[in-house]
Amino acid sequence: MMTGTLQIPPIDWALLGPFIQLTAGAIVVTLMAVGPKAWRRYTGYVALLALVPPAVATLGLWGGASGAASTLGGMIVMDRFTLCFHLIFLATAALTVLISMPALEEMHLEYPEYYGLVLFAATGMMLMSASSNMLILFLGLEILSLPLYVLVGFARRQDRALESSMKYFLLGAFSTGFTIYGMALMYGATGTLEMTRMAAGSGEGAGSWRFTMLMLGFGLAMAGFLFKIAAFPFHYWLPDVYQGAPTPVTAFMIAGTKAAAFSAILRIVTAPLFWDGPFTADWVRLLSVLSALTMTAGNVVALVQHSLKRMLAYSSIAHAGYLLIAVVSRSEEGLAGVVFYLTAYLLMNLGAFAVVLAMDRARGGEGEGDDIAAYAGMGRRHPALAAAMSIFMLSLTGVPLTGGFVGKFYIFRAAVDSGMYGLAAVGLLNSVVAAAYYLNVILTMYMKEPVSQPPRVVTPVALGLGIAVSAAGVLYLGLFPARILELARGLLL
Amino acid sequence: MIDLLWLIPVLPLLGFAVNGLIGARLPRSVVSAVACGSVALAFALSVACFLDLAALPEHHRVHAITVAEWIGPMNLGWSFLLDPLSSVMILIVTGVGLLIHIYSIGYMWDDDGYWRYFAYLNLFMAMMLTLVLGASLPLLFVGWEGVGLCSYLLIGYWYTKIDCADAGRKAFIVNRIGDASFILGMLLAWTTFGGTFDIAEILARAPERAAASPGTMTAIALLLFGGACGKSAQIPLFIWLPDAMAGPTPVSALIHAATMVTAGVYMVCRMAPLYVLAPGALEVVGVIGATTALAAAAIAMAQDDIKKVLAYSTISQLGYMFMAAGAGAFGAAIFHLTTHAFFKALLFLGSGAVIHALGGEQDMRAMGGLKARLPRTFWFFAAGWVAIAGVPLTSGFFSKDEILHRAWLQNPGLWLAGIVGALMTATYMTRLMGLTFWGRSRVPADKAHHIHEAPTSMAVALGVLAVLSLAGGFMGLPASWLGHPGLFEHWLAPVFEGPELVMTTGRVGPEGILMILSSLAAIGGIFLGLHLWVRRPDLPGRIAARMATLYRFVKGKLFVDELYELIALRPFYAACRAFARFDERAVDGTVNAVGMGMETSGHVLKLFHSGFVRSYALFYLVGAAAVVWYLVG
Repeated sequence: MMTGTLQIPPIDWALLGPFIQLTAGAIVVTLMAVGPKAWRRYTGYVALLALVPPAVATLGLWGGASGAASTLGGMIVMDRFTLCFHLIFLATAALTVLISMPALEEMHLEYPEYYGLVLFAATGMMLMSASSNMLILFLGLEILSLPLYVLVGFARRQDRALESSMKYFLLGAFSTGFTIYGMALMYGATGTLEMTRMAAGSGEGAGSWRFTMLMLGFGLAMAGFLFKIAAFPFHYWLPDVYQGAPTPVTAFMIAGTKAAAFSAILRIVTAPLFWDGPFTADWVRLLSVLSALTMTAGNVVALVQHSLKRMLAYSSIAHAGYLLIAVVSRSEEGLAGVVFYLTAYLLMNLGAFAVVLAMDRARGGEGEGDDIAAYAGMGRRHPALAAAMSIFMLSLTGVPLTGGFVGKFYIFRAAVDSGMYGLAAVGLLNSVVAAAYYLNVILTMYMKEPVSQPPRVVTPVALGLGIAVSAAGVLYLGLFPARILELARGLLL
Repeated sequence: MIDLLWLIPVLPLLGFAVNGLIGARLPRSVVSAVACGSVALAFALSVACFLDLAALPEHHRVHAITVAEWIGPMNLGWSFLLDPLSSVMILIVTGVGLLIHIYSIGYMWDDDGYWRYFAYLNLFMAMMLTLVLGASLPLLFVGWEGVGLCSYLLIGYWYTKIDCADAGRKAFIVNRIGDASFILGMLLAWTTFGGTFDIAEILARAPERAAASPGTMTAIALLLFGGACGKSAQIPLFIWLPDAMAGPTPVSALIHAATMVTAGVYMVCRMAPLYVLAPGALEVVGVIGATTALAAAAIAMAQDDIKKVLAYSTISQLGYMFMAAGAGAFGAAIFHLTTHAFFKALLFLGSGAVIHALGGEQDMRAMGGLKARLPRTFWFFAAGWVAIAGVPLTSGFFSKDEILHRAWLQNPGLWLAGIVGALMTATYMTRLMGLTFWGRSRVPADKAHHIHEAPTSMAVALGVLAVLSLAGGFMGLPASWLGHPGLFEHWLAPVFEGPELVMTTGRVGPEGILMILSSLAAIGGIFLGLHLWVRRPDLPGRIAARMATLYRFVKGKLFVDELYELIALRPFYAACRAFARFDERAVDGTVNAVGMGMETSGHVLKLFHSGFVRSYALFYLVGAAAVVWYLVG
C-alpha cells in the first residue's frame, strides 16, 4: 500500500467553500483584536457578516447536491445531510453572536477573540457533519473542542469560569483519548478510516479477533461522542461546565455541540457496516438502554434544581436521551425527527438563554437571572419576555403548536413504528416529569408574587431580536412543520 | 332584492358587532338606533324578499343562495333557502323582533347594561334568522345553538342575581340534552342519505330510503324531535322555560314566546316530508304535543307569578302546535305559530308594562284592580286575552279552530285533548285578567302611588301587536267560509301540499259543529274564569281545599323538577362525588407519590454531582468499561 509516493487527490474547492469562508471570517474577526479599541464594538456585527458567505454557499450547494458530492478523495461529503446540519450550526452561531453582544458588554468582556472562537468552533462542527472519514471527524471534533475550552473560561477573572473551563478541558482531553483510541482500533480491524468502506474490511464473522477489535473500537469511539452529547454515564461534567460558562456560550454548547455530536454519531451508525451489519442489534440495544437512563437521569435531577441555567443544563441531558430514541429507531422518519428536533431545540434553547440574559440585565449582573424564584411576577413586569419564555418552556415540554411538540412526536412515532414501545413509553413518561419543572417556570412567572421589585430594564435590541426570532421560529415549526420535515426526510438513507 | 337574502341575518349581526364592541362608550340613543335600525333594515329586506318570492310562479317559489364555502369536504356552504315557509318565519322574526326592540328601549332605559342587552338581542336576531334560513341541517344547527346561547345570556342577563344565573344555566343544560339528540339525528341523516346535510336533498331522497328502511326514518325523525322537545319546551324537557322567566320581560316575549321556542315546531314542519314517512314518529309528536298542552295548561291554573302563567301558557300553546304537526296539519301549526307570536308577544309585553308600572312586582296576589290605573295597558292586554282564549273572529280562534278541525280528522282523541285544553286556556287566562286588572287592589301602599302607564315606545309596540292579535286571523280564514283555501294556507301550499296529502284520511269532519264547539269552549272557559275569580273569589280556595292533593300536585308543577332531581341529578351528583374522591385519593395520590419518588431520587442522584473532576473521570471510566464490556463480552 505504501509506495513512497503521496497521491494528492483532486480538490473540489467549491465544495470546500463554506469551510474556507468561515475560517477566513474567523481569522478576520480575531485579527480585529490588534486593531484600535474602537473596533471592538463592531466585532459582533463583523462576525454576523462572516456567517453570511458560508450560509449562501451552503444554500448554493443545496441545489446541486442531489446526490453525494464528495471531495478530498471522499473524505469530505457535502450531501444534503451535511448541508442541513451546516445551516443548523450557522443559525446557532448567528443567534449566539447576536445574544453575546449585549452580554459581553454587560460583563466587560468585549474581546474580538470571543467571536473568532465561536466561528472556529462552528467550523469544527461543520467539519464533523461533513466527514465520512474518521480522521476528518476527529479533526472536526478537536477544532470544535479547543475553542470551547477557551470560551467556557472566557470570563477569566471569575473563579467559577476557570473551574468550569478546567473541568471541561480535563474531562474533554480524557474523553478524546478514548475516541482516538477507538478510532485506531476500528482502523486496525477494518484497515480503513473511511466509514462507508468499513464493511469491506471487516472480514471474518462474529467471534474473530478482528470482530472483537472492531466492537471495542466502536464502543470507545462512541463513548467520546456520548460524552459530547452528555449521555448517561458520561454527563457528569455538563451541569458544572454549563453553569460556569458565560450564558451565551452555554447556549451555544447546548444547541451546537449537541447537534455536531449527533451528526457524528449518525455518520458512524449509518455506515453500512453498523446500520445493518452483524452487530447492529448490539449497539441498538446498548444505545436504547443508555437513552432510557439518560432521559431519566437528566429529568430527575433537573426536577430538584433551583438554578434556571442548571435546570436547563440537566434537561439538555434528557433531550439527548430523546434524540437517542430517534437514532435507535433506525428509520428514515427517526432521522428526519433528529434533524427537526435539533432545529427546534436550537431555537428554544437559545431563546430561553436569551431571556435569562435579559433577566440578568434587568436584575443587574451576571447570574441574577439564574434563580428560578427570581422570575416571580415577571408576567406583569416584563409581559413580552414572559410570553416568549412561556413559548420556549412549552416547546421544551413538548406542548402542541410548538416545534418541540412536533419533534417529540416524530421521535416517539419513529420508535413506535420500529416496535420500540418500551422506549417510547419511557420517553413519554419522562416528558411528563419534564413538564413539572418547565411549567414551574411559567407558574412562577405568572402566579407567584415577587419578593422584591427590581427596576424595569429595557431589553437591548440584539437580545430582543434573538428572542423574537427564536420564538417565531418555535411557533413556525409548531404550526407549519410540513416544509421542514419534508426537507429533513431522506437525508441519509 | 332576493339575492341579498344573506344580508337579513348579517344586518343584526353587524348591529351586534357595533354594540358589542363599542356600545359601552356610545350614548343610549345611538345604541338603540343601531340595534333597532339594523333589525328594521332586516325587516324591510325581509318584506322585499317576500314580495320578490310572491312574484314568482307558485311552484317556483324556492330560492337558494350560497354565499361562501363552509366545510369543503362535506360539500357544506353558507347556504340560505327562501321558500314560502322560511319567508313567513323571517317576517315573524324580524317583524315581532322589531316591535320588541322598540319596546325594549323604554323597558330597559334605566338598566346599566343597556348596550349589552341590545348587543345580545341583535345577536339573537342574527342567529334566529340563520336558523330559519339555513338550507342545511348543520347551518340550521348553528342558528339553533346560537339562539340557545343568546337565550342563556339573556336569561342570566342580571347575572349578579343567583336565580337568574341559575335559570340561565338550567336552560342551557336542559337544551343540551335535546341538542345531543338533534346531533345524533343529524349524523344518522348524513349516513342514511348518502352523505348530505342539505335539507332539500335529504327530503328528496327520503321516500326512496324510507321504502328501504322505515325504521331508520323513524329513528331520524324521533332524534330530531328530541332536539325540538328541548328547544320548544315539550315533555319531558319543558322544565327550563318557566325558570327562563328570570330574564327581562321583552326577552321572554321575543325568545321564550314568539320566536326561539317555536324553532322546534319550525324544524318539524321544515322536515315534514320526512316525518310523514315515519308515521310512528309523527304519532309520538302528536301525543307529546297534546299531553304537554294539557299538562302545562293545568299548571298554569295554579301559578301566582304573572310571567309563570304566561310561560306555562306558552308551553301549552307549543304543545298545540306539535299536536297539529302530529296530525299532519303542518300549515295549521305554522299558522298557530304566527298568531301565537302576535298574541303571546302582546301578553308578555303587556305583563311587562304591568311589572314596569309596579316596580318589578310579578306576583298576581299583589296586584288587582289595575284596570283603573292602567287603562291603556288593560285594553291592549285584553286584546291578547281574547285572542289566546279563542274568542270567535280573533286570530287565536282561527288558528286553534284549524288545528282542532284537522285533529278531529286524524284522531278524535287529539281533538278531545285540544278542546279541553282550549277550555282550560280560556279559564286560566281569565283568571290572570281577574287577578291582575279586576277586583280590588292588593297592591301594597308604598308601590301604589307611583303606578304609571308605560312610555310611548312601549305602547306603540303593544298597539301594533294588539291589532295583529285581533285581526291577524283573517290571513287564514277557513276554506269552508271562502270556498277556497285561505291566504295563509295557499301561500304555504307549495311546501306542505305534498306531506299533507300523504296524511289525508279522506274523512270529512262536521266543520261547522266543531267550530261552534270550540267557540263554546272559549266562551265557556271565560265565563268559568269570571265566575271563579271575579264574581266568587272565595270559590277557588274552597275547591283547592277540597281537592288538596290534586291542587298540590298542580301547584307544584307536577313535581317534574323534583322527579329529575331524584332520578337524574342525585345519582349524577353521587357519581360526581365518587369520581372526585377517586381523583383526589387514587389519581392524585399516585401522581403525588410518583412526584415525591422522583424528587427523592433527584436528591439522591444529585449527590453524584460532587464537583470533583476525579470522580467524574471515574464515572466516565466505569461507563466506558461497561459499554465495551456490553459490546464485546
